Amino acid sequence: MPVTIQIPTALRVFTDKKPEIQADGATVAEAIADFASSYPDIKRHLYDEDGTLRSFINIYLGDTNIKNLGGLETPLKDGDTLMLVPAIAGGSGPR
Amino acid sequence: MILLPDSASMAIRSEGERSYPNECCGALLGEMDESGARAISEILPIDNGRETEERYHRFVIGPDDFMAAEKTARELGLGVIGFYHSHPDHPAVPSDYDRDHALPWYSYVIVAVESGVSGDLTSWELDADRSQFIKEL
Ligand SMILES: [Zn+2]
Repeated sequence: MPVTIQIPTALRVFTDKKPEIQADGATVAEAIADFASSYPDIKRHLYDEDGTLRSFINIYLGDTNIKNLGGLETPLKDGDTLMLVPAIAGGSGPR
Repeated sequence: MILLPDSASMAIRSEGERSYPNECCGALLGEMDESGARAISEILPIDNGRETEERYHRFVIGPDDFMAAEKTARELGLGVIGFYHSHPDHPAVPSDYDRDHALPWYSYVIVAVESGVSGDLTSWELDADRSQFIKEL
C-alpha cells in the first residue's frame, strides 16, 4: 500500500531535507519499517536498542494519533498520510 | 552554533523562576541559516504535560502541543529550532534522561534554578550517534 510519511524538521537531516517520503506497507508498522530501511541512519532515533519504537515518537494517521486507532497494527489504505510527531521530554535527574 | 538574544534568555530565566520548584518547558522559535547556525527570535512557553507530582524533575511537550508550536512558528514566519527546560536545584547539565529523549538537530537550552533563583543557562545539541550532548552555549 503506497503511503506518504511526513518527516519532522529534526529528522530531515537523514532524508536529504525531504519533508515527505513515500513508503509501502499494509500496516503502520510495515510502512515505518519500510521507510526506516530506506534511511538506515534514522533508525537509532526511531527505535531503541531493543528494536521497539521509542516512547516519545508518536505516529499520526491523518489527524489521529494511532494510539487511538489500532496502534502499530492499524491497517493502511492507498494514499494514506502518516506523520511522525515527537513528544519532547526530559528532566533533571535519573529518577 | 546558537544565537540567543538577551530578551530570550531573560524570558527563559523568568519562566524557570515562575515554575520553581517545578520544571518549565517551551519551544525556541527562530531561523537556521545555510551553515546550520540557529538564531532564536523568541520563546514559546508550553505547559508541562507531566503529572503534577513528577514536574519537579520531568517535563513533556506532548504531540498535540508539539504540532501547535509548529503552527505558531509558521504563522510568525519562523521555525521550531529547539526547546528549553529548567533544572530546579540541579546544574544546567543534561541528564541521561534528557539524552535518551532527545532528537538530533534541535538545540536544547537548560536553565538551572537554585532555590527559586535562575543561575547557569546552557545550550546543547545531541551528537549524531546519540552518545552525548555537545555544548553550544
Ligand atoms: Zn533536563
